[in-house]
Amino acid sequence: MSSSPLTEIPVRDIARGVRDGSLSARTVVERAFDHACEIGSGAGGLNIILAGNERAADMADEVAETAQRTEFAGRLAGVPVALKDNIATLDMPTTCGSRILEGYVSPFEATAVTRLREHGAIPVAKTNMDEFAMGSSTENSAYGPARNPVDTSRVPGGSSGGSAAAVAAGLVPVALGSETGGSVRQPASFCGVVGVKPTYGRVSRFGLVAFGSSLDQIGVFGRRVDDAARVLQVIAGRDVRDSTTADVPVDTYYSAANAERLDGVVVGRPAEYFPESLDPGIRSLCDRALDALRERGAEVRDVSLPHTDLAIPVYYIVAPAEASSNLARFDGIRYGLRVPSERGLAGLYEETRSRGFGPEVTRRILLGTYVLSAGYYDAYYRKAQAARTLIADDFRSVFQAGVHVLFTPTAPSTAFPIGAVTDPYEMYLSDIFTATANLAGVPAMSLPVGRSGGLPVGGQFIAPHFGEAKMFEAAYVLERALGEDAHR
Amino acid sequence: MSIRPEDVRHVAHLARLAVDESRLPALATQLASILEHMEVLQRVDTNGVAPVEGVGAGSTPLRPDSGPPIPLGHPIESFAPEVRDGLLIVPRLATHGEEEAERSP
Repeated sequence: MSSSPLTEIPVRDIARGVRDGSLSARTVVERAFDHACEIGSGAGGLNIILAGNERAADMADEVAETAQRTEFAGRLAGVPVALKDNIATLDMPTTCGSRILEGYVSPFEATAVTRLREHGAIPVAKTNMDEFAMGSSTENSAYGPARNPVDTSRVPGGSSGGSAAAVAAGLVPVALGSETGGSVRQPASFCGVVGVKPTYGRVSRFGLVAFGSSLDQIGVFGRRVDDAARVLQVIAGRDVRDSTTADVPVDTYYSAANAERLDGVVVGRPAEYFPESLDPGIRSLCDRALDALRERGAEVRDVSLPHTDLAIPVYYIVAPAEASSNLARFDGIRYGLRVPSERGLAGLYEETRSRGFGPEVTRRILLGTYVLSAGYYDAYYRKAQAARTLIADDFRSVFQAGVHVLFTPTAPSTAFPIGAVTDPYEMYLSDIFTATANLAGVPAMSLPVGRSGGLPVGGQFIAPHFGEAKMFEAAYVLERALGEDAHR
Repeated sequence: MSIRPEDVRHVAHLARLAVDESRLPALATQLASILEHMEVLQRVDTNGVAPVEGVGAGSTPLRPDSGPPIPLGHPIESFAPEVRDGLLIVPRLATHGEEEAERSP
């Protein structure tokens, strides 16, 4: 076995080692857990961990025992995994980074977590996040801002910043996050790791605390493409508890793990994602990645997605509208915080919600309620849903014209300093290259393509609905082509 | 786009949020500033364009209105703010008599 830290061993090798007995699941998990407690939590550290799983070591023993007793201990046997804190777990609280759910332990578990456990993965920690996934920097957490392990004065991105940073810091080899407008891919780009948002309906949302139900998907972080592919493989597929999961067969995402070439593959380069104003460092790294794809046999074709500029206005109408409805359940009655009021039930609702929600969540609930209210519904919400059709049609057109995958920058900037972005709309623009895929429901992923000014830069592949296998194939080849250059 | 403090007060009421009067002007300015960026949508021709209804490859599949029960890993008392005899306790509505209101939590 390699002499590198245990969490840097590929997921495939951890599982193989645990299954054949050459690697102790307990040792792997204990090191991840200790590491998480040591540098991952608290204001003095990276503040990326909100809770650790006290049962993790025992769970590792159970996996090892199953491996000894049976032939199959799972594809992720003994693999420690961190979970964004909006994914329901039985052994750890699920706070969504909010005061309103402080200490809340869910009475059920997310399907994605169940599937991970059934394949031997060990949930070791819950990670910090923007409150209810509303943010692009993990500064909006009620438990304080998380820090980027590459440069601790900077944000890790968001809203799944804790999960991205946990993988980047080597606390865990893989983690789950969630996406509504780019909340896996953008922090993956900021932290220099791989982040995957699957097709809408590919992974069950059962147990993912709802934000924007027509946009939300659980996503995966990994140190490398293969790690993420193997985790998605396990969590993907139909779930009777989420009727929006698709009854579409799950391809083998790691079948192209050894691919060297992309002959016959058409990679689209959408002009709208490479505007004149694009940061020169990001542009040059993306151009280098496109050159690498060409050298490996891909045809790079200039394409247009003409409604891209509508993505942020549409997203910031649709997502808050859905959030204002979804977050109505936090009322002080059924779970979480309750603030009694002298004004009876109405007062209890209002006091609980006002005390429990932070400023950005409050802002988005107000915005969402406004665009859904009488007199504004047609002008904003209905208009945005029609414009959303135009965005989805853009993707349909380019893929129907023979493009297999698109390649773009993941984010318009590298990780910015904590506290640097104070204007809400300026923060929303962080999602400018990612929100389109959520609005259209197509899969997309970010992988490291180099560093600009010492900070990681991510490149993004976008594929047609359920085209994850082709997307991973392109990512495997690009990762191999760039080699160490992807991290310098 | 102009949003008045009273508009924010109205929307906050609809959303069941108690917003301090002193915060209304700032919130009105913030919301107006955000909504200004949405005005671009008014210039887009969406005549004949159907609003999105589903985002998957097909429409949302229907299923019978039944499903396996979800086993609870923790009892209701462990996560609900106030429970009595297995029931969630809520304050009495203001329309009830004062005597009853006094007994409410």
